[in-house]
Amino acid sequence: MRGQAIVEARDVVLSFGETPALRGATFAADRGEIVAVMGPSGSGKTTLLHCLAGILAPTAGEIHFAGGRIDNRSEHDRSSLRREHFGFVFQFGQLVPELTVEENVALPLLLGGARRAAALAEARGWLERLGLSGAHARRSGELSGGQAQRVALARGMINRPQVLFADEPTGSLDSLTGEHVMDLLVAAAREHGTTVVLVTHEPRVAVYADREVIVRDGLVHALAADRSGS
Amino acid sequence: MSVPLTLLGLIEREPSHGYDLKRDYDTFFGRGRPLPFGQVYSTLGRLARDGKVVISDVEAGDGPDRKRYVITDLGATEVDAWLTEPVEPEPHLQTVLFSKVMLSLMLQRPAREYLDTQRAAHMRRMRELHQIKKGDDLIEALLADHALFHLEADLRWIELTVARLDHLAQLVRR
Ligand SMILES: Nc1ncnc2c1ncn2[C@@H]1O[C@H](COP(=O)(O)OP(=O)(O)OP(=O)(O)O)[C@@H](O)[C@H]1O
Ligand SMILES: [Mg+2]
Repeated sequence: MRGQAIVEARDVVLSFGETPALRGATFAADRGEIVAVMGPSGSGKTTLLHCLAGILAPTAGEIHFAGGRIDNRSEHDRSSLRREHFGFVFQFGQLVPELTVEENVALPLLLGGARRAAALAEARGWLERLGLSGAHARRSGELSGGQAQRVALARGMINRPQVLFADEPTGSLDSLTGEHVMDLLVAAAREHGTTVVLVTHEPRVAVYADREVIVRDGLVHALAADRSGS
Repeated sequence: MSVPLTLLGLIEREPSHGYDLKRDYDTFFGRGRPLPFGQVYSTLGRLARDGKVVISDVEAGDGPDRKRYVITDLGATEVDAWLTEPVEPEPHLQTVLFSKVMLSLMLQRPAREYLDTQRAAHMRRMRELHQIKKGDDLIEALLADHALFHLEADLRWIELTVARLDHLAQLVRR
């Protein structure tokens, strides 16, 4: 039985011109749950994530967050919703190279109108926790891939989001570094009760999640029941 | 070992002589390692003894290939159980996973469902190994890692095969 969904896609259809990316995708994640979204390249994982996060508006179907429908709200509303309640981590950090590490991390707070000193102090707290205290004043362009992903994670979590959307957060990292980032991501999410929608094609990353779904051809499949025991 | 079950599946597909079975096995499952006739007949002998196949008509003449084998309910049940149940997730499953996929396509069974069931079993085993890794024992963690990488390789193969099932089905159709 499913519990209370915090974020949900119902029969979502979305096409890019002639290309159908989602063809009736249904997905839900509970509060505090970590769900892996797997599936082949081009199957619609990123599109699903962008719909759930209110970045893309579906052609048909509905997106719900915390019990309310969000896909029919204005872009302005969805954007403030994202700022307040959602966090994001992408495959290649997508940090702003001209800003320092701590400015990058503080960005969601600064965009939300927080005072600069307070935002930077909060950012430093996160950097310390993720083992990056020495790097706070560096330009983000100077970081290694693993460091950049930890900075991205700090930025994704700094506003204590209800849902963290992570799209291949370890995709550009080697196994050991990827594990380190995942350990930190899961620990941070668990501590704050953050729901995580984790897009990954790597099974060793997906096992960090509580369960996984597979996207194939724009449809979401739950895994067939495991009949091997129990 | 999946030779007996594979032969049984081929008999389910169509009542066959030993010679046909060997030919089909070598074509689709042998992978350059033909099944010796001796093994074909000894396997068929055991399947008959265990009531999984019966011999329908014995044709006149000499030679071991006068018999045609037909699957029994017991045999069909066994094939079904084998295809439906995921195999124990462990490294080096290549031959058995491959045989199950090919055979389920030949028998027009839901190969995709079997693969998804297998996938779920693999993921479950990987979760267990992942938990072991979270303990303090580095040696245990290294061993778990080794198994995790191998199971991940299986899963990649499973995913690739799912994507190619339509093609593969055409290949084995006749
Ligand atoms: N902005 C876009 N414009 C046009 N087509 C797009 C766009 N974004 C995605 N698509 C198409 O939609 C389909 C789904 O793409 P999506 O990015 O969701 O796949 P994915 O599962 O995330 O793949 P990957 O694992 O490679 O990241 C693909 O066919 C893709 O080419
Ligand atoms: Mg993607």
